[in-house]
Amino acid sequence: MTTLTKTEDSPAPSSSGAFLSVRDLRVQFSTEDGIVKAVDGLSFDLERGQTLGIVGESGSGKSVTNLSILGLHNRRSTQVSGEIVLDGQEITGASDKQLQTLRGNKMAMIFQDALTALSPYYTVGRQIAEPYIKHTGASKKEARARAIEMLGKVGIPDPKNRVDDFPHQFSGGMRQRAMIAMSLVCNPELLIADEPTTALDVTVQAQILDLLKDLQQEFGSAIILITHDLGVVANTVDDLLVMYAGRAVERGTVREVLKTPEHPYTWGLLGSMPRLSQDVGSELTPIPGSPPSLLNPPSGCAFNPRCSFVDIVDGSGRCVNERPLLPEGRGSACHLTGEQKQQVFIETIQPRLG
Amino acid sequence: MTMSENKSNTAGPDTAQAQREPDVSEPLLSVKGLTKHFPIYGGFPFKRQVGAVQAVDDVTLDVYPGESLGLVGESGCGKSTTGRLLTRLMEPTSGTITYNGQDISHANRRKLAPIRSEIQMIFQDPYASLNPRQTVGTIISGPMEVNGINPPGGREARVRELLETVGLNPEHYNRFPHEFSGGQRQRIGVARALALNPKIIIADEPVSALDVSIQAQVINLLQELQRELDIAFVFIAHDLAIVRHFSQRIAVMYLGKVVEVADRDSLYNAPRHPYTHALLSAVPNADLDADKTERIRLFGDVPSPIMPPSGCRFRTRCWKAQDKCATEEPPLVQLSGAREGHLTACHFPEAPTTEKTGPDVVLDPALVALEEKNTDKK
Repeated sequence: MTTLTKTEDSPAPSSSGAFLSVRDLRVQFSTEDGIVKAVDGLSFDLERGQTLGIVGESGSGKSVTNLSILGLHNRRSTQVSGEIVLDGQEITGASDKQLQTLRGNKMAMIFQDALTALSPYYTVGRQIAEPYIKHTGASKKEARARAIEMLGKVGIPDPKNRVDDFPHQFSGGMRQRAMIAMSLVCNPELLIADEPTTALDVTVQAQILDLLKDLQQEFGSAIILITHDLGVVANTVDDLLVMYAGRAVERGTVREVLKTPEHPYTWGLLGSMPRLSQDVGSELTPIPGSPPSLLNPPSGCAFNPRCSFVDIVDGSGRCVNERPLLPEGRGSACHLTGEQKQQVFIETIQPRLG
Repeated sequence: MTMSENKSNTAGPDTAQAQREPDVSEPLLSVKGLTKHFPIYGGFPFKRQVGAVQAVDDVTLDVYPGESLGLVGESGCGKSTTGRLLTRLMEPTSGTITYNGQDISHANRRKLAPIRSEIQMIFQDPYASLNPRQTVGTIISGPMEVNGINPPGGREARVRELLETVGLNPEHYNRFPHEFSGGQRQRIGVARALALNPKIIIADEPVSALDVSIQAQVINLLQELQRELDIAFVFIAHDLAIVRHFSQRIAVMYLGKVVEVADRDSLYNAPRHPYTHALLSAVPNADLDADKTERIRLFGDVPSPIMPPSGCRFRTRCWKAQDKCATEEPPLVQLSGAREGHLTACHFPEAPTTEKTGPDVVLDPALVALEEKNTDKK
């Protein structure tokens, strides 16, 4: 939350005091069909102990961003440029060896599908202990004790016995808990959770989200929570970044973005989602069309083919010819003027959301 | 069959649908005591049945013409199996399925053929449910071919009309499924289900594989179809907000049993079963200023349907469970004060409100420990 207001008066310090600072990140894959611009000029900051939510649909670049922070992309076919500074250390060009000392130690990741992310060949305890042994030099015995402690902390019943179980002996929710235990075993300062609850049932999702929130209070990690569900971020994160076609289109505190959204895409997302607190009769207002291919994204604003407000933008063809920039701090990447955004939101969007 | 234009932007609440009285006529599809057990074989040297996955157990439901019945529950609760039993893609272990007064629980292929054209299904995964080697035209005309139906003007004309109905370009007749996006593929699946003018469509998680913005497109399409063609829907989903949006009546399932069934208003505003309360309280709400609702955090996952708990199946995760719950199975009945048709299977029902009345119910010991520690810190 503090980052957003701070960056306003001190514009874009490339390696600012923020714990994690990403500047103009570009990730491109070369494929048979051409170059895919998965992430195209993304910048954000994250402070210690804060949670940043990244929302967007599939293919918006939210997962790729975080894989490149961890250095988990395929080096041969992927080009990463820009700046990623973690606690003062530049990691875009870091070698594998440097990254290995960071991964699992200073930064860790929770994946979406725990069954594929955990190895079926090793016991849960061993998989939790492995990064601990590697990074702290603990003995096997100490690591095992640590694994039991972590399993208990994330709510696995009878951790002393379950530590020797294999992942297939755990249920879906327990596997996700085990993976959280694994990611937190070295007290990482940055935790990246990539759709941590998408594969889970609602009642389990609620448990896991609360668990993450409570663990964050205890460990003080910074968290990046990637999701497609605006409901999930609403009560979990401090700041919110909305991504579309590899670019950030809107940024602000979670309250600002959900309560007074400014970008037509965010309006569309909110209008597409039924909510329990809404009137029963209210109609959904989907975004027409489908997300663009990143091989050949639309020129100008990537959202322009699906946007219904292109006509009211001053200057003809601006949306098609000129790429709108996302200002530092609270703002959105859209050519509509501030008053227009406010007017459209209050007059047409807000009544629909009910 | 013509649909109104600009599908994505039709506004205005659908009052006719919301106010439809469900019990004006005989049920279109009615199931009584529907049970499906999948046998488990084991043992040596002779394999014999050693148990059964009790996927669906004694489910009784009615679907009225033109209404949409929602079926919600967590994974493994038997909602998809119920859907497959309703279409008779599976044969029930026991119980009866009556369609339009005709018992089809154990009907053979020949007897089912005419009925199958009236009960259609939309599947969850639009990538797996379309044959990649067939063109869209072949896929959608498939049901007509099987049933030997030759509509006036020919099958191709009918397919083009259907493509237009679901919001696709009729010129895409000769394209293959891989040329379409996920949302468009799901539209193809919808067109296929509509090909035979069905009276009822079983939609098994029709939007859960799609992106949020596309989800809304498909939901609006289905809603428009229901309104204009007067098709009854059994809408199976795990997303409570979407079910609330789409269905007038909702049944909540847990471990193969229906634990609560009610009209939309009663179920979401005055639920009685503790599990329904827990489900509703677990739904993440994007509305930051919504009224504070109760907070219930269950512990653990759904137990295995191979050895379901005795008595009430929810008792192992329930905070109100007592001895009676283990010995006696609660019947699905109308509780005093509940609206007509609102049935609940619980010995100790909750108050009919979702508002916060007492302290939080947090059953997860890890959460309790962390929360205590964090409040101490403050």
